[in-house]
Amino acid sequence: MKQKANKPKRDEQKSMIVQGPVCPRPIEQREVIVMGHGSGGKMTRDLIARYFLPAFENPPLMQEDDSAVVQLSEAGRLAISTDGHIVDPIFFPGGDIGRLAVCGTVNDLAMVGAQPQWLTASFILEEGLPISTVERVAQSMRAAAEEAGVMIVAGDTKVAERGKADKIFISTTGIGHIPKGRDVSGTNARPGDVVILSGSLGDHGVAVLAERGGLALETTIKSDLAPLNKLVEAMFAAGSAIHVMRDPTRGGLATSLNEISQQSGVAIALDESSIPVRPAVKAACELLGFDPLYMANEGKLVAIVSPEEADKILAAMRATEVGAKACSIGEVMEAPAGRVLLRTAIGATRAIYMLAGEMLPRIC
Amino acid sequence: MKYIDEYRDAELVQRVLAEIHRTVSRPWVLMEICGGQTHEIVEHGLDQLLPPEIELVHGPGCPVCVTPLELIDKALAIASLPEVIFASYGDMLRVPGSGRDLQATRAMGGDVRVVYSPLDAIQLAQKNPDREIVFFAIGFETTAPPNAMSVMQAKSLGLSNYSVLVSQFKVPPAMEAILASPYNRVQGFLGAGHVNAVMGYWEYAPIAKKHGVPIVVTGFEPLDLARGILMTVKQLEAGRKEVENAYPRIVTYKGNQEAQAMIKRVYETCDRKWRGIGMIPKSGWRLRDEYASFDAERRFAVEEIRAEESPLCIAGEILQGLKKPTDCSAFGVECTPQTPLGALMVSSEGTCSTYYQYRRSLKK
Repeated sequence: MKQKANKPKRDEQKSMIVQGPVCPRPIEQREVIVMGHGSGGKMTRDLIARYFLPAFENPPLMQEDDSAVVQLSEAGRLAISTDGHIVDPIFFPGGDIGRLAVCGTVNDLAMVGAQPQWLTASFILEEGLPISTVERVAQSMRAAAEEAGVMIVAGDTKVAERGKADKIFISTTGIGHIPKGRDVSGTNARPGDVVILSGSLGDHGVAVLAERGGLALETTIKSDLAPLNKLVEAMFAAGSAIHVMRDPTRGGLATSLNEISQQSGVAIALDESSIPVRPAVKAACELLGFDPLYMANEGKLVAIVSPEEADKILAAMRATEVGAKACSIGEVMEAPAGRVLLRTAIGATRAIYMLAGEMLPRIC
Repeated sequence: MKYIDEYRDAELVQRVLAEIHRTVSRPWVLMEICGGQTHEIVEHGLDQLLPPEIELVHGPGCPVCVTPLELIDKALAIASLPEVIFASYGDMLRVPGSGRDLQATRAMGGDVRVVYSPLDAIQLAQKNPDREIVFFAIGFETTAPPNAMSVMQAKSLGLSNYSVLVSQFKVPPAMEAILASPYNRVQGFLGAGHVNAVMGYWEYAPIAKKHGVPIVVTGFEPLDLARGILMTVKQLEAGRKEVENAYPRIVTYKGNQEAQAMIKRVYETCDRKWRGIGMIPKSGWRLRDEYASFDAERRFAVEEIRAEESPLCIAGEILQGLKKPTDCSAFGVECTPQTPLGALMVSSEGTCSTYYQYRRSLKK
C-alpha cells in the first residue's frame, strides 16, 4: 500500500517535467570545506579567488601562472627555507597557524642573515573545516606578511577527507636575499664571543600548552610569535660581526645552543640568573615539571657576536619592540668543545643537553 | 616567583652550605627518598657544593619508576581495547612495559589520553557515556587523595563507565625495607616533604627509633634541601637519631587529615610489588571492597601476562641506593630517554633520567 502511494502516477511525472528542470541548483556558498574544494576545478578556483588572492594580492601572484616569476634586484646569494606547520589549537593566545606559517619561514631565512622576500604557501584543509576559519587564517597570514614585508607569491590547496588531516596544515617555503658582507652560520662561533638572547624564554610553549584543552592554568601568557627579520636588520645596522643566529623554536634554547656548540666545535657557558623567564612561564613550568630552557619560542633569537660589537648590537636590539628585553646570557669558550654549561644560581655548574624526547608533564 | 625565588637565594644557600662544611667531621651517607628531590639537587648542582664527606644516595621515590612491569603490561592491554579511553599522567606514557609503552599503544590505535588530574578523567567519563574510561591511578601518598576522590566522585555521580587501575605506594614501608637490607649504607634520611604535607610525620618516629637513623622532613628548593641536609648532619655528628621537620612552612606533624581520611575511606593497605625492588609487605593501597566495581583489574579480565625486564637494567640496585646510574653499563648507551630500558630513565623524577639530563658526561 505505502509503496504504491509513494510511486507518482504517470501523468504526475509528466506534469513535473512540464514545470521545469528538476535538477537542484548546486550550493555555491558553502559554510564548510567539502572534498570538491580540493578538486582542482571551479570550487577550488572560487575558494582561492575569494579568500587567498585578495588576502595575498601582489603582482607575481596575480599573474596566476603555474609558477610565480620574480625579479632579482641584485646578484648574490639566496637563502631558501621550507617549513610545515601543524599546531593544536590552530588559534592560541598571541597567534594562530597562519601567522606561525609566515613567521616560521621568515625567521628561518632571517637566521642566516637573509632578507626574506617571497613565500609560497601550501594548504591541506580537512573536509568539514568552516570556511570562516580559512578566511581568518588567510587574513592572519596577510597581516603577518605585511608586518614582515614579504609577498606570498604562490600557493596550493588540497582537501583531505575528514579525519585524515587535522583542520588545517600549512607548509611555507621562503626565499630571501643575503646582502654582501654577511656571513652567519652555526659553524662561526669563536671563543670569546658573546651570547645574546632577544627576550624571555618559553612564552610560546606555555601559551599553547595552556590553551590545549584540559589544562586549567590561569595564565595570561601570550605566544611571542613574531617576525624577526626587522630585528635582524637592526642588528646588522649596528654591527656586522654577527657570527651565529638561531631562533630557538621546538627544543628550546638548550637544543639550539647544543647544535651551535657542536657545529662550531666550541663550548658555550651560560649564566642561569641572567636568562630572562617571565614569572608566569616559570610558574607553569614548575607546576608541570618543564624546564624553560627547553620550551619553544616563536619570536626570539639567540645570537653569537664578537665581544667588540656586542654592546652596540644589544643597544640596537633593545631599541626594537621584539628585542626590547635583549640581554647577554653567556660566552663562548674553547673547551670542553661541543658542550653547553650552565652556572646555576647557587653557584654550581652543570651541563645542558639537547631535548631528549617528547616533553611530558610529570605526575606530582 | 614568590615562595620559590626566596628559597633559591644564592647567598642564603651558601650560608647554610658553609655551616654544613663547618659541621661535618667524617663521612656520612644520606638518602633523599623522593625523586623530585633528586632532580632538584642535581639540577641546581647542590651535591657538587657539599663537602666530600657527604654522599647523597637516591631513593625509590619515583612513582613511575616503581610501578611494576606486570601492571604496566596490564595497562597496555586495557588501553588497546577498542571500548576504552585510557587516561594517564603524562610521564607514564613512555615507561617501557615488556617491549612496548603507552605511546606505542596510542600509535597503534589505542585511545590513550594525557590528563593532569583524575578529575579530568571523571569529566571524560561524563562526556563519553558509551566508552569505558580507565584512569591509571599511580603514585605515592601525594596522589592517593585525588585518586581516591575521583572514585568517590564516580560513585556519587553514579558513573558506571569509570574505573581505576591502582598502583598506589606508601613511602615508610620502603624506608624500612631499605634499612633492613643487609647491604644498607643509609645513615640518615631526608623525608619527602610533599608526602609529609599529606601524611604528616607521625609515622617516622618508630622507624627512627627501631633502625637508629635520623629522619628530617625536607622540602624541594635548594635552600630547603641544604637545610634538611644540615639538620641531618648535625644529628649524625651529635649521635642523635630523631625525627625533625626542616619544611615547617608546608608540613605539620599530623598532616592533612581530611586527605588522610579520604584515603582511608577508599583504600585499604595491601602488599605491593615495587618494580626493581620486589614485594614489600603492607607498602601500598588497593580499593576497598565497597568500591570494587571501580577496579579496572576486576572489570577487565586481561589474559595472563608474562612480564620481562631488560637483563641489562640495574634499576633495582639504584632504587635501593646501592648503585648510581653511572655504574650501569647500559647508561647513556643502550639506555637513553628515547630508548629507555627501565623506568628510571623515563620520568623527570627517575634517577637515571636526572643523571642523563644533567650528568651524562660523568659516565666512566
